[in-house]
Amino acid sequence: MKLPIFLDNHSTTPMDPRVLDTMLPYFVEKFGNAASRNHAFGWAAEEAVEQARKQIAKLIKADPKEIVFTSGATESDNLAIKGVLEMYKEKGDHIITSSTEHRAVLDTVKSLEGKGKAVATYLSVDKFGMVNPEDVRKAITEKTILISIMLANNEIGTINPVKEIGKIAKEKGILFHCDATQGVGKIPVDVQDMGIDLMSFTSHKMYGPKGVGALYVRKKNPRVRIAAQMDGGGHERGMRSGTLPVPLIVGFGKACELCEQEMAKDTARLIAMRDRLEASIMKALEESYLNGHPTNRLPGNLNISFAYVEGESLLMGMKDIALSSGSACTSATLEPSYVLRALGVGTELAHSSIRFGLGRFNTDDEIDYTIKKVIEIVTKLREMSPLYEMAKEGVDLKSVQWAAH
Amino acid sequence: MAYSDKVVDHFNNPRNMGSFKKDEEGVGTGMVGAPECGDVMKLQIKVQNDTIVDAKFKTFGCGSAIASSSLATEWLKGKTIDEAQKIKNTDIVQELNLPPVKIHCSVLAEDAIKAALADYQKKADGALIDAK
Repeated sequence: MKLPIFLDNHSTTPMDPRVLDTMLPYFVEKFGNAASRNHAFGWAAEEAVEQARKQIAKLIKADPKEIVFTSGATESDNLAIKGVLEMYKEKGDHIITSSTEHRAVLDTVKSLEGKGKAVATYLSVDKFGMVNPEDVRKAITEKTILISIMLANNEIGTINPVKEIGKIAKEKGILFHCDATQGVGKIPVDVQDMGIDLMSFTSHKMYGPKGVGALYVRKKNPRVRIAAQMDGGGHERGMRSGTLPVPLIVGFGKACELCEQEMAKDTARLIAMRDRLEASIMKALEESYLNGHPTNRLPGNLNISFAYVEGESLLMGMKDIALSSGSACTSATLEPSYVLRALGVGTELAHSSIRFGLGRFNTDDEIDYTIKKVIEIVTKLREMSPLYEMAKEGVDLKSVQWAAH
Repeated sequence: MAYSDKVVDHFNNPRNMGSFKKDEEGVGTGMVGAPECGDVMKLQIKVQNDTIVDAKFKTFGCGSAIASSSLATEWLKGKTIDEAQKIKNTDIVQELNLPPVKIHCSVLAEDAIKAALADYQKKADGALIDAK
């Protein structure tokens, strides 16, 4: 076993070596521009791009022509939301989204609101982080033109009832955008069955290269149109100008193909490891709380709050394991996780959360090591915690007058 | 964010971690911070003849908060009450090489020192009144 261990697979994933192998010829040897229609270099590049488009479309049960390449999920979210708002502004300006969306969605919506181009409803979620489809229905107004709800949450892994939301969107004739960044490649996604009109996803969350993503844009029933957000050569059927990064796209395609072929195997392995990690930690450490849905969540996700200890110090005590925390001290904003807060998790427990993100390349040995380390460090830091001491003495921490600062 | 070697050292080998009994003679206890802010420090001093002979801490917080309070106990030992009053958060920042986002940890440590000293003073004054 090699240290450090990477258990932060929601932030990014290591690239699968098989993906790299398919990319290599497209840097030096087959370097052509896929938009060059008049020579062999361009044709080779175009062929490679179209092959990748097929592999990607197949994974999500779409038509290859419905795939628009972007630089990643953030750009896809921006393009979908801004593109729809601009294209359909005559019809209305109301967006329905949820409070636990990724910042790429929330900040895009807020930016539109700030410019007076949109009015948004932010749906709250239940204690497991799930959007209630009936809340979506109730929030619809005559001016609603877009529903944007994520497939799976990046912090707690909770999977939303996307199919039910898609059905409501269809019924009401409203476009449905799904940020599926964390879900595609990990769980089965079928844009037809789920009634998705636009879907954002990215390569580097599924063992492909960074710097490339896609926006699925439905072509039929209905034919979705979006206003381009970048002017230029009119690539990607006019929706996203810019020369295509052929090697990245080739890698993205291969990554999708591998995810499709190995999903069942990967899922079974990840769930077994994740459940063992969860059970061992919970059994050894009292007052550890699972954040997110107990069963309906991503196979590799485990998010736990350890009462009386602070997240950043936990990470510091496990330096040879790459993890993430909802603690304010680990965020740029110095606020604890807004996702955990939206679930109704208390601020103090949000500060105490750790996200374990398991992926294709983690091993049982790594999980054993992690279990041992987590138990060690939580025990050590609780010994050091005045809150733990008080709780053990029977003091009700909620009754204490804290000098907030 | 990378931590300074001194922060890492205090975090891995905390000095004077633990507690005195609050009602023990000559003990002053300071508790500052709040759980919802992500840090709570408890700092205790034991005073004999106006000199701090021992100090202990317990901290809920990030590595820099733990290091700041650990360092504070180290500095407090052997100081007189007056000398202890003069410990400034900026001294802690300098010693631990804390980045700007962690300055509040040093402020909290200074507050904890002040609170422990005030608690000791209050108890000592009370004992004096009782004796009279």
